[in-house]
Amino acid sequence: MVLLTRKIEFAASHLYNNPAFSPEENRRVFGKCNNPHGHGHNYTLEVTVAGEPDPVTGMVLDLKDLKEILEREVMQRMDHRFLNYEVPELAGQIPTCENIARVIWNLLDPQIKQGKLHRVRLYETPDLFADCYRNGSERTKA
Amino acid sequence: MSPSAQDAAVKTELGRRYHFAASHRLHNPALSEEENRRIYGKCNNPYGHGHNYTLEVLVSGEVDPATGMIANLADLDGFVEREVLEPFDHKSLNEDVAAFCSVVPTTENLCIEIFRRLKPFPQAKLERVRIQETSNNSFEYAGDNPEAFEG
Repeated sequence: MVLLTRKIEFAASHLYNNPAFSPEENRRVFGKCNNPHGHGHNYTLEVTVAGEPDPVTGMVLDLKDLKEILEREVMQRMDHRFLNYEVPELAGQIPTCENIARVIWNLLDPQIKQGKLHRVRLYETPDLFADCYRNGSERTKA
Repeated sequence: MSPSAQDAAVKTELGRRYHFAASHRLHNPALSEEENRRIYGKCNNPYGHGHNYTLEVLVSGEVDPATGMIANLADLDGFVEREVLEPFDHKSLNEDVAAFCSVVPTTENLCIEIFRRLKPFPQAKLERVRIQETSNNSFEYAGDNPEAFEG
């Protein structure tokens, strides 16, 4: 099995606020991320696909195809958007790194027809990221 | 919003990077001076040397629907600060960390020691630690031989 990873970057804004919490509780739980007008990040997304290289093309999947999927499913939805208000898949969820990564996994998984989606890693900053794997899969250490 | 069946098929981990600077010397007193120099090379220089370490901590757990979080970063940061950064940053690993009195502070052993310290984190399950010693060297440990430090 070979793992292939493609990276893209997008910029988006968000805020953390749970309407079921009081304003004080929101501030206590979410800190600066609760500031009412939101704030933004440059997100870096790494998408890893696992598979066997095709004997004819030598490819796990065609990178052009993956690029198009990422453009359509992620960039067009999330780049330069306010995640709370403009991304319906995140409606009703706190747009944390964990939840955004999971939404991206669910968007990409059905689109990857050659090979299998192995990992979605979303960096919110260079020091904070979330990883998604298929539950029960054998995780390959980096 | 409650997690859907689709979400249950996905395992999510949270990764956080921390930075600390420390010195060490790789030297095993059970080996001869020549042998130490041969095995550890420059890392055996008697007064030690330092690195800027990057520590990556990965935890897993249910994403709490109320907060969208596996663990609150403030809790994780506080725990790592207390258990690792406070005792290790700007310290000599050999002289200032009891675990390395009798264990050579290679980054492999550092991974195991840090994993042992972070394992009790109450809010999520520690999956693994990865330490970058330099931009060219990194080491990972996922706790597969936790007894390594108990013997």
